[in-house]
Amino acid sequence: MEKKTELYDRHVALGARIVPFAGYLLPVMYEKTGVIAEHLAVRKAAGLFDVSHMGEVRYKGKDALANLNRLLSNDFTGMYDGQARYSPMLNENGGFIDDLIVYKKSDNDYMVVVNAANRSKDVEWMLSNLSGDVEFSDISDSISQIAIQGPASREIIKRLTPEDKIPQKYYSAIFNSSVGGFPCILSRTGYTGEFGYEIYTMNENAVNIWDILLDSAKGDGLVPCGLGARDTLRLEAAMPLYGHEMDENTTPGETGLMFAVKMNKPFFVGKSALEEKGEPTRIRVGLKALGKGIIREKQTIYIGDTVIGVSTSGTFCPWLNGSYAMAIVDKKYSVPGTRVYADIRGRKTEAEIVALPFYSNAK
Amino acid sequence: MNINTECLYSKSHEWVRIENDTAYIGITDYAQNQLGDIVFVGLPVVGDKVSTSDAYSDVESVKAVSDVYSPVDGTISEVNTQLESDPALLNTDPYGTWIAKLTDISSTDGLMTPAEYEEYCAAL
Repeated sequence: MEKKTELYDRHVALGARIVPFAGYLLPVMYEKTGVIAEHLAVRKAAGLFDVSHMGEVRYKGKDALANLNRLLSNDFTGMYDGQARYSPMLNENGGFIDDLIVYKKSDNDYMVVVNAANRSKDVEWMLSNLSGDVEFSDISDSISQIAIQGPASREIIKRLTPEDKIPQKYYSAIFNSSVGGFPCILSRTGYTGEFGYEIYTMNENAVNIWDILLDSAKGDGLVPCGLGARDTLRLEAAMPLYGHEMDENTTPGETGLMFAVKMNKPFFVGKSALEEKGEPTRIRVGLKALGKGIIREKQTIYIGDTVIGVSTSGTFCPWLNGSYAMAIVDKKYSVPGTRVYADIRGRKTEAEIVALPFYSNAK
Repeated sequence: MNINTECLYSKSHEWVRIENDTAYIGITDYAQNQLGDIVFVGLPVVGDKVSTSDAYSDVESVKAVSDVYSPVDGTISEVNTQLESDPALLNTDPYGTWIAKLTDISSTDGLMTPAEYEEYCAAL
């Protein structure tokens, strides 16, 4: 039985098409708009997303930082209060258990945001790796998350939040912020490749914040957006998604995320496996379809008759107005400009390897 | 939901309209609504033989790809090349936008009348 988010009744009233996703009932799109209009609204104006399914956990105590630095591949030393940092969480073989974002609230107090679909496995892994003086808690069920993404979100938030409570830097947050007077964590992050904010709040404030945002921004072109647009936006921005560009058998090198792996740290889970494996022989690339059809996930990629890899996700990208995909291919063939073929259900369609990201305007 | 009174319908939400000896085939309003924004239509080739049991086209929306079946057997005599540049016509005008025309068509036995199709959709 799927859970409803605090905003479920709002979605139904707004004409959402509801689907089960990661244990929650969430809007995939709204009948009035649809995926393409919602996607374009985020690129041109702003979109509002209910992402309350995301998981949040907390590390508190004098060994909180040491725990994160041992468990995760990125380095969280020296972060300022409110700073956010992306990281893989690896297994002993160097494969992904999940990818996540760590926020420093203050010394000895961190919040970690994880993928909804991985939450229970993540929590189990985190608990089994705890050491020293740290208090760990899964606070997901008491927190709702709303994302407002798009160029107009800057003005919309400016009207609803005191100026000194608006985070200025990309990948930073203000923990004691508010929207329309309702307390929240306001974060300059997102999953769309666009300027925007993510808002974490206690469940009881979620409906109020959602309503205030929608009501106050009618003239700004703000539209509610579903998971469909969330996926096309993240793909257009070439942001990796767990279960697609990464899984327990993919390493950070293969999916192009070594910027978040600090091999100079004395230890982190998965480090010795990565050292043993050495340089990866396959790598994530971007594909732009040149022929007809849309490259989807799990389609074989060829050069001539040679299989060079497989697509990990792909769709029609509304802003770029074309079919784009990501794939993990043999490094030898990963140079932008290389012509390849994707097997689209038995039909070979020509594609070109292109640089990632396809689109970015987030900073 | 919109149902065209001049068409006959299949359970997989395709329509056929017979004019003289030619069948015009396409997808229904229900189908386009389920698919959402359509961004690509894989068209068949003129001369191809189609049967009710084989997909003759595929229609892709942003999120999904869906096979399209013909409500009748026949031979493709023309394809709607407008769909190559404007696939969203299937969303905006599903009954005015045929995907292909067929000749040498089989009987329409077993297809639903507009009233039957309306009832069928209402029960889904």
